[in-house]
Amino acid sequence: MTDPVPEQRNAGDPPVLEARDIVKRFTGVLALDRVSLSLRPGEVHALVGENGAGKSTLIKVITGVHRPDEGEVRLAGRPAGFTGPLDAQRAGVQAVHQEIGLVPDLSVARNLLLGREPRRALGLIDTRRMHQEAARTLESYGVRVDVRLPLRSLGVGAQQMVALARAVSVDARVVIMDEPTSSLEPREVETLFGVIDRLRGQGIAVIYVSHRLDELYRICDGVTVLRDGRVVHQGALADLDRLRLVSLMLGRDVAQVRAEGVTRFSGAHEAAGEPVLEARGLSSRHLLDDVSLTIRPREVVGLGGLLGAGRTETAKAIAGVLPLDAGGVTVAGLPVRRGSATAAVRAGIALLPEDRKAEGIVPTLSVRDNIALAALPRLARAGVVSDARIDRIVETFMRRLRIKATGPHQPVAELSGGNQQKVLLARWMATEPKVLLLDEPTRGIDVGAKAEVQALVDELAEDGLAVLLISSDLEELVEGSDRVVVLRNGAVVGELTGDELTEEAVMTTIAAHTREEVA
Amino acid sequence: MSDITADTAVAPPRPAGARTLAWLQNYGVYAAIAALIVVNIAITPHFLSTENLRTQLVQVAPVVIVSLGMALVIGTEGVDLSVGSVMALATALIPLYLGYGVGAAILVALVGGVAVGLVNGSLVAFVNVQPIVATLCLFVGGRGLALVLAGGRLKDVQNGTLLDLGSSSVAGIPLPVVVAGVLTVLMAGVVRRTTFGRQLVAIGGNRTASVLSGLPVRRVLLLVYVLSGLLAAVAGVLATARLQASDPSSLGLLMELSAITAVVVGGTPLTGGRVRVLGTVAGALLIQLVRATLIKHNLPDSVAQMVQAVIILGAVYAARGGTGR
Amino acid sequence: MTTGQATAETPVTQDTYALSGRDRAFGLIQRHGATAVLVLLLVVGSLSFSRFPTGENLGDIAITSSFPAMVALGMTFVIITGGIDLSVGSVFALGGVLAAYAVRWGTVAGLLVPLLVCGAIGLVQGLLIARVRLAPFIVTLAGLLGARGLLLSISHEGATTYLIPHGSVLARLGQGHLFGLGYPVYLTLALFVVGGVVLQRTGFGQAVYAIGGAEDAAALMGVPVARTKIVVYVLSGMLAGLSGTLNAARLSSGVTILGTGMELDVIAAVVIGGTLLTGGAGSVSGTIAGVLLLGVIQNLINQIGDLSSSYQQVVSGAFLAVVVVAQTYLSRARRL
Repeated sequence: MTDPVPEQRNAGDPPVLEARDIVKRFTGVLALDRVSLSLRPGEVHALVGENGAGKSTLIKVITGVHRPDEGEVRLAGRPAGFTGPLDAQRAGVQAVHQEIGLVPDLSVARNLLLGREPRRALGLIDTRRMHQEAARTLESYGVRVDVRLPLRSLGVGAQQMVALARAVSVDARVVIMDEPTSSLEPREVETLFGVIDRLRGQGIAVIYVSHRLDELYRICDGVTVLRDGRVVHQGALADLDRLRLVSLMLGRDVAQVRAEGVTRFSGAHEAAGEPVLEARGLSSRHLLDDVSLTIRPREVVGLGGLLGAGRTETAKAIAGVLPLDAGGVTVAGLPVRRGSATAAVRAGIALLPEDRKAEGIVPTLSVRDNIALAALPRLARAGVVSDARIDRIVETFMRRLRIKATGPHQPVAELSGGNQQKVLLARWMATEPKVLLLDEPTRGIDVGAKAEVQALVDELAEDGLAVLLISSDLEELVEGSDRVVVLRNGAVVGELTGDELTEEAVMTTIAAHTREEVA
Repeated sequence: MSDITADTAVAPPRPAGARTLAWLQNYGVYAAIAALIVVNIAITPHFLSTENLRTQLVQVAPVVIVSLGMALVIGTEGVDLSVGSVMALATALIPLYLGYGVGAAILVALVGGVAVGLVNGSLVAFVNVQPIVATLCLFVGGRGLALVLAGGRLKDVQNGTLLDLGSSSVAGIPLPVVVAGVLTVLMAGVVRRTTFGRQLVAIGGNRTASVLSGLPVRRVLLLVYVLSGLLAAVAGVLATARLQASDPSSLGLLMELSAITAVVVGGTPLTGGRVRVLGTVAGALLIQLVRATLIKHNLPDSVAQMVQAVIILGAVYAARGGTGR
Repeated sequence: MTTGQATAETPVTQDTYALSGRDRAFGLIQRHGATAVLVLLLVVGSLSFSRFPTGENLGDIAITSSFPAMVALGMTFVIITGGIDLSVGSVFALGGVLAAYAVRWGTVAGLLVPLLVCGAIGLVQGLLIARVRLAPFIVTLAGLLGARGLLLSISHEGATTYLIPHGSVLARLGQGHLFGLGYPVYLTLALFVVGGVVLQRTGFGQAVYAIGGAEDAAALMGVPVARTKIVVYVLSGMLAGLSGTLNAARLSSGVTILGTGMELDVIAAVVIGGTLLTGGAGSVSGTIAGVLLLGVIQNLINQIGDLSSSYQQVVSGAFLAVVVVAQTYLSRARRL
């Protein structure tokens, strides 16, 4: 099943880190099935796979968050037996996560040197030396800032560099980077790659987790592809072409990927009539710059762009939860009061938020109460709710959306991600909205549920809704939308429709403006 | 959470220990009351006498009333420290307006409670101050204001109608107990059957999601604190009638703690998102019973306080274990 | 660890998002707001009342403020870690009663017994919070009841008031003067200096800030979270006990009814001093300004004479409201 590890430039060295036949189960479900991974000093190793493939579980086993049920992690030839992430760190295994594991209110210098501050007599911290040392270290990572400022005053990229600098400066032997570039500007990515090259030179091994193929091919030596908790490929990245890598990750035939794509969208809809949603000149300082768009009934409009381009902000502005400096929204010709989510909902605007857990479900309530939440006023008379009407609606939608739960009274927190997403969709459908704003509707849910949600979006558009679709999955965006509006730095930079709407075209539109920006 | 477990369709059955804890969390307070009653029937002379039951219920009534409001506030992930001061304010206002009739005096006292609730609610809902700090302001200032109004003195209240409120009975049940009972039923209805009740637990469970779902979050929060203030004022009026005196320097002292205790012991989590009205009443009754039992058996108040402390910790421990956090 | 030439080839990130005027103003007001108002009040008070700026009166403010100040010092540590300690009022009273009770075995016992017992109460609370992971609010609420219960049982349900003999060493500690200021004032100042140094210049202090700022991150950065929290609650208990002891020494007796509601006054002083109840930010200098501010307000109201002393609570409450509203407005991040 696994290819032998091919020769690399440092193949002669003994591995610095080895995971051997790791098995990990969660309440009976097999998360990792005899996964092995071996890292040599100075190797940059790509770890790829779809959501649910087991990447984060493997990382958690390696960094001591989880104990493996079978198999072992070995560091420099000896069993590691980490008791926790801190223990792993002390042994030289450092993880830099997407959520930066630093303290935003402490100063940059204190974050960088916490626990290792230079001391004076009596063991007191030498503030001046601490600041000098921090400034010097960060400068070598291309970050020149006033290290006395609180960390949160830095940009996300610079914060990530501080986290990386901290991780590496603690005698690291293995550094694990989980989606490190997801919030970086292009030039910051270059800095990061510079740093990774330096680590390679120092003989530090790097596990690099990313979905961005360009990056993987630029800096990684080896690759491990995980799917459904198993290693489906291991070897040198250079020996693997892109299409094959994608097909390994998705578990689909190369020919199949080429032929039919991987989404379940049916294709174009017959958009008709006057626009139901009109957003004009949405502007919010630093976030949105004069964004306008219209959606007609039975039309799916996609929003394209990189992270931070203003897609989520546009959706939130339309939904009335982002304070606007200028601009406005009309639904079916009627203006919606600005800055009021309640008014937006009443006008028929529904927002399925990106962060399901933080902004979507109410974990303490049942499936039933979660579904009924937004529609409560229409299910009540004089402020008193009718249980019979709620039951009817809840039953209808649980059946229609095929929500898998033990019953309407099961706590929503016990459902899977995909079913939670369907509960949220049901919450909005119960309000009979005119406009549906979907922010990453299929992120983090399993393949089956993903297809169901995609089919549902299609169906809703067929039923006459105006849909705004935000997705970082280019394929989903292109195949699911009738029209794609591309954003960059909070402003509209292009619109693609009909035959010109292809993945390449979207990328070109994003990229063209990116280059312009850099130059 | 691992990405695999997140995608299993239905949660696996809980282990037996967790089920016991969940049961304790839901019904433990009722079981404890039942056990305590049985024990008392066995060991305490005259426990079931009407006289004794009346005394117990009259004593617990104000705590129950205040706790009902506190339960709503805690359901929104808040807390109201000002309830004791509201009681003091209510009792201070009554003698000032008794000249205009009992109705007017009570009305003014209730308006005082609503006003405090409005200030708390505005600070929480519109200024986004943490509830504990927002209500701390009126905890400190409210009692001061009451003392200023009362001129810092204890006043006898000698109005027949008002005193009747404290001592009269409906079908043999003391009026304060009737009021507490009616308010309990009312609040249970509000939480279970009204839009407002559903919205307030949703706000406590996930405020951002509630905003995004178009819930009138600020209005609901404001109303919750107003209700809490109003209920505390009701408790203040009843206590004044029973004591036949207006003593703003001591009335309602530590009431915020008793109410929080009742709510927590009754199984409403401090993290919000759930309100247990009957549990809250049971929580207040349990604490009252424990104290009464200890005192009846000549165990001093000091022991009662320490036992109460242990009960609080036990309740919170059970709540924590049951939800698996 | 660092390689010099790397800088030359890697692009440089220099964009510290400029701190906005609002951020700056917030920082200034948060750090020095209480001090500024304090100075203003002192000036106004001195100009308005001839009896206000006398050495005797100011000394009086200093000594009466010193007891809540000690308690507030411990509370500042607790709140910076993101916790809260509601038990301090009871522990303060318990400390006084224990000192008066134990002084029969000698001065050392009179000082040590309350410190040890109150420290032990803090230890139990800290263990429940840090190890069993119960909410600080609830644990210390139980602590409030428990400590008060202990106090009542020692004093025979409050019926017995133990006395500290006049002229004993302990009484002199509480009542003695040096340059017109009571001994407790000097002790309080010393404690605050030490507290400030500990908070700013030791690993423990860094841990306190880090835990309040982002507990999970702090744990991953190697901060001993549980141990730090336990120490913080022990400190708070001991400082409350010490304050109660000295207060009893000053009054020559362990008054059982003291300290009710003190926890919330102390929290108010800490918050007015600019420490955020959400944790992660604050300073001991702000706390001392907050305590003094409330002390000066009380004193000024007394100066006005015909005003009831209850106005002090009204003014404190209103002032606290102004402070928290200002803090919230200034710090409100653009949410959503």
